Amino acid sequence: MFENLDLTKLIFGRLTWDAIPFHDPIILATFAVVAVGGVAMLAALTRYKLWGYLWTEWFTSIDHKKIGIMYIILGLVMLLRGFADAIMMRLQQAMAFGDNMGYLPPDHYDQIFTAHGVIMIFFVAMPLVTGIMNYLIPLQIGTRDVAFPFLNNFSFWMTAGGAALMMMSLFVGEFAKTGWLAYPPLSGILQSPGVGVDYYIWSLQIAGVGTLLSGINLLVTIVKMRAPGMSLMKMPVFTWTSLCTNVLIVAAFPVLTAVLGMLTMDRYLGTAFFTNDMGGNAMMYVNLIWIWGHPEVYILILPVFGIFSEIVATYSRKPLFGYTSMVYATVVITVLSYLVWLHHFFTMGSGASVNSFFGITTMIISIPTGAKIFNWLFTMFRGRIKFDVPMLWTVGFMVTFVIGGMTGVLLAVPPVDFVLHNSLFLIAHFHNVIIGGVLFGLFAGITYWFPKATGYKLDEFWGKMSFWFWLIGFYFAFMPLYVLGLMGVTRRVSHFEDQSLQIWFQIAAFGAVLIAVGIAAFVIQLVVSFKRREALKDETGDPWDGRTLEWSTSSPPPPYNFAFTPRVHDLDAWWQMKQHGFKRPESGFIPIHMPKGTWAGVVLSAISVACGFALIWHMWLAAAVTFVALIGTAIYHTFNYDRDYYIPAEEVERIEAERTKVLANV
Amino acid sequence: MQIFKYLRGVSLTLLVAALLSGCDAVVMSPSGDVAVQQRDLLVWSTILMLLVIVPVIVLTLWFAWRYRASNTEATYKPDWTHSTVLELVIWAVPLLIIIALGAMTWVYTHKLDPYRPLDRIDASTPVPADLEPLTVEVVALDWKWLFIYPEQGIATVNELAAPVDHPIRFKITASTMMNSFFIPAMAGQIYAMAGMETKLHGVINEPGVYQGFSANYSGAGYSHMKFQFHGLSEADFQAWVDKNKASGNTLSREVYKELEVPSIKDPVTRYGSVDPTLYHAILNRCVDPGTVCMEDMMYHSGHGKQEASETGHDAHAGHAQHGGHHE
Repeated sequence: MFENLDLTKLIFGRLTWDAIPFHDPIILATFAVVAVGGVAMLAALTRYKLWGYLWTEWFTSIDHKKIGIMYIILGLVMLLRGFADAIMMRLQQAMAFGDNMGYLPPDHYDQIFTAHGVIMIFFVAMPLVTGIMNYLIPLQIGTRDVAFPFLNNFSFWMTAGGAALMMMSLFVGEFAKTGWLAYPPLSGILQSPGVGVDYYIWSLQIAGVGTLLSGINLLVTIVKMRAPGMSLMKMPVFTWTSLCTNVLIVAAFPVLTAVLGMLTMDRYLGTAFFTNDMGGNAMMYVNLIWIWGHPEVYILILPVFGIFSEIVATYSRKPLFGYTSMVYATVVITVLSYLVWLHHFFTMGSGASVNSFFGITTMIISIPTGAKIFNWLFTMFRGRIKFDVPMLWTVGFMVTFVIGGMTGVLLAVPPVDFVLHNSLFLIAHFHNVIIGGVLFGLFAGITYWFPKATGYKLDEFWGKMSFWFWLIGFYFAFMPLYVLGLMGVTRRVSHFEDQSLQIWFQIAAFGAVLIAVGIAAFVIQLVVSFKRREALKDETGDPWDGRTLEWSTSSPPPPYNFAFTPRVHDLDAWWQMKQHGFKRPESGFIPIHMPKGTWAGVVLSAISVACGFALIWHMWLAAAVTFVALIGTAIYHTFNYDRDYYIPAEEVERIEAERTKVLANV
Repeated sequence: MQIFKYLRGVSLTLLVAALLSGCDAVVMSPSGDVAVQQRDLLVWSTILMLLVIVPVIVLTLWFAWRYRASNTEATYKPDWTHSTVLELVIWAVPLLIIIALGAMTWVYTHKLDPYRPLDRIDASTPVPADLEPLTVEVVALDWKWLFIYPEQGIATVNELAAPVDHPIRFKITASTMMNSFFIPAMAGQIYAMAGMETKLHGVINEPGVYQGFSANYSGAGYSHMKFQFHGLSEADFQAWVDKNKASGNTLSREVYKELEVPSIKDPVTRYGSVDPTLYHAILNRCVDPGTVCMEDMMYHSGHGKQEASETGHDAHAGHAQHGGHHE
C-alpha cells in the first residue's frame, strides 16, 4: 500500500487531478476554445498533408529567414493571449467598485496581471524583436545566414518551449501570483508554496537559454560576417542598433539566469539568498533582477529605434540625418542602460546621494534619446514624405513616445517618484513607451518588411484601420491611468472603494476595446492581404525604393540570399548601387555552401519542456530521466556530420535567370 | 493629420482637467508640507521638460504636413544629411535642460530625503527648537497595518492619527511581505521590509481624514490593505490617545502572534498598552520566545558567542541593518 503511494509520488510528484482548474468557468471555457481550435488546426494540417512540409521546410529549417518568421508568428500568437489578459484586467477594474467585487477573485486576478507582464515582455516583445533581427541582419549585412545556423533554430525552439510551458500553467496548476518580476519574499517558498512561481522560473529559464544563444549568434554574425567593404560606420542603422541590443542581451541575460537560479535554490534546496530569515535579503533580488531588467527595456527599444530610422529615411526619400550622431547616441544609451537600475526602487530607502546619482544618470539617457528624435525630425525636414502605413506608425510613435519619455524623466526625480512609484502613473508611463515605442515600431517594421518576406504587400486600408484604432485606443486606455496615478491610485489593485475613480477606469476599458479592434484589423489585414496576394504582389524586390541591401534581393529572397556576396562602398549600399546603375550579375555562378536542417532543435526543446514540467511538479524520476536525455541528445547531435550541402551552380543559375525574367517584365 | 491634433488636444485636456480637479488628484493637492514640495517639484520638472517636448511634437506634426509628398512646393533636399550647427543644438538643448533638472534633483533629493528630520512645518514655519517629533512605529502585516506609539504606549491596527503641524517620525518594518507605506496627502512612500527598518519624516498641515495604504503588491489581501489617517488638533489627538488607552486591550507578544496571522479587511483595533520590546523584537525577527534576535546573531557571531536574547539592548536598539557593523 505505502510502496504504491510512494511510486505515485515518484512519478507524478505533486500533480493530482486537483491541479486542473475545473472550478473556474473562465479557464474551462478558454480551454474548450483552445482545444477545439487546436484540434481543428491539427485536423486541417493532417487533411491537407502539411505535416511533412512543416517539419522539413519550417520546424527543422535553419534558414534565418524562416526562423525569423517563426519568431514573429510566435510573438503575434502570444500577443493575443497577453492582450486577452489585458482586457480581462481592464474589465475587472472597470467593474469592481464598492459592493461589486468584479468577476475575478484576487487569486485569479493576481495570476492574470503576472501572466500579462511576463507574456508581453518575454513572449511577445522579445520574439518579435528577435524575429525581425533574425530575418534582417544577414540580409542587411550581405551574408547568407547567421554565424551559427543550428544554434539559431535551437534558440527559437527554446523560446517557443518557454512559451509552451507558460501556456500549460493556464490549464494544469496555476501561474505565479507575484507580479511579473516575482519579488521575494512573496515569491519565496513560504509565501508562494504552489507551482505558480515554479512555472514562472522554468519557462523563463528555458526561454532565457534561447534568448542568450540568439544574442551571441547575432552578435558574432554582425561582428564577423559583414560583406566586404561594410566597415562599422557603413552599417545600416538597424544593424547598429541590433548590434548594441545583442551586446546588452549577452551581458544582461546571464544575470537573470543567475538570479532566477538563486530563487530556485531558495525554493527547492532551502538556501537563504532572498529569504527574510537565515541572513537572506530580498533587496539583493530586487537589485539583481533590475540589473537585468533595465537593460532589457533597451534591448527591446534599440532595434525599434533602428526600424524607425530605416523607415523614416526611406519614406522621406532622404538619407538619415546625422547617421554618426545616431550611432553614438545608440552606443551611449547601451552603456548608460547599465547605470540606472536603481531608479526602479528609489523607495527602498537608499540614501539621498545614491538616489540622486541614479536619478541623474537616468535623465542623462534622455539626451541621446532626444538626439535620436531630432535626427528623425530632421530626416523628415525637406524630404518628400510618403505616408504609407509604416510612416504613419513612425509619426504616431514620435508624438506618443516623447510624452512617455517626459513622464519617464519625471519618475527619475526621486522625490517625485516617492509619490508616483507603483502608481498607475508608472503603468501609464511604461505602456506609453512600450506600446508607443516598441509595439508601434514592430508593427511599422512588420508592415515595411512584409513584402520582402512574402513577396506581396500588406493591404493598405486594413493597415490604416489597425494604426488608427491602436493609436486612438492607446490614448483612451492610458491617459486615464496617468490621471489615476495623480489621484494616488496604485497598480495591481483588484477592487476599489472610491466610486469617483470608476469613470476613469471605464474610459480606459473603452480604450482597450479600441485596441482590440486595432488588433482585429491587423489580423484581418493579414487575411485580406493573403487573399489579394496577386494584386498586392511585389516582383521588384524593392517595393519602397529602399536604401539597404535587403532590398537588392528578390522577394522573398532565395535560400542563399545573395548569389554573389555584395561589395559595399558606402552607407545605404543599395541606394548607392542603384545610383551608380548597378547591373545584376547573370552568369559565372558557383555552387553555394549551405547549412542543412536538423531535428535537434525541436527535440532538445521538447525534452527541456518535459524536464521543466517535471521539475515544476516535483516529479523527480521524470526530471532525472529527461535531464539525462537532454544531455545525451545534445552529445548525440554533436556526432551529426551531415550538416551541410551545396546548392549546385545550375540551380543558382536557374533561380537567378527566373528573377532576371521577372525583373524584365516589371 | 487633423486627428493627431485632436488627440493631442484630448490628452492635454485630460491632464489639465486632472491637475485642476484638485479635490480628486491628491498628489496634485496634498495636505502635508513634504507632499506639497514633492508636488511643486513635479510641476516644475514638467514645465522644464515641456520646453523641449512641445516644440518636438509641434515640429513633428508640422514637418509631417509640410513635407508630405503631394506638397511639391516644399523644398526637397535629397542629399542633405548633416549640419554641425543643428547637431550641436539638438545635443546641447536637452543637455542644458538635464543640467538644470539634474541640479534640482540633487538638491531636492537631499532636502526631501525621507530619512532626514524635518526642518520646517510648512513653507513659512520652521520647526520650533523644543518640538520633538512624534514617533510612530509602523509594521506592515499580512494584510493590515500595525501602528505602535512608543511615547504614548498605545497601538492601533488600520488607523493612524497625528496632531496637525507636528512633525512625525515613522520607523517602518514588516512581518513578511514587502509592502510600501504610503499616505499620498502627507508625504511620499517608502518600502516596509521584514528584518529591516526604513524611516519616513512627514507632517500633516490640515485637519482631516486621509487615505493610507500599501503601494507595493504583497499578495492576496493587498487590495484591501488600507487605513485611515486622521489629522487632528493637539487636543483631539490627546482625546484619541485616551480613547485607545480606554480600550483596555494589551498588545503582548502572544496577542501579536495572533495578529500576525494573515487576514484580510481587519477592523480597526485599539490597544491601550503595548509590550515596549515588541517593535524591536518584530524588527529583529525574535518575537517567538527562545529565538535569537537578528542583531544579536550578527553581533555575537563576530565574537564567537551564541546567546539567546529576548529583550532589546538599548545600546544598539532598533537597527537590525546595523548589526554587521559592530566589531
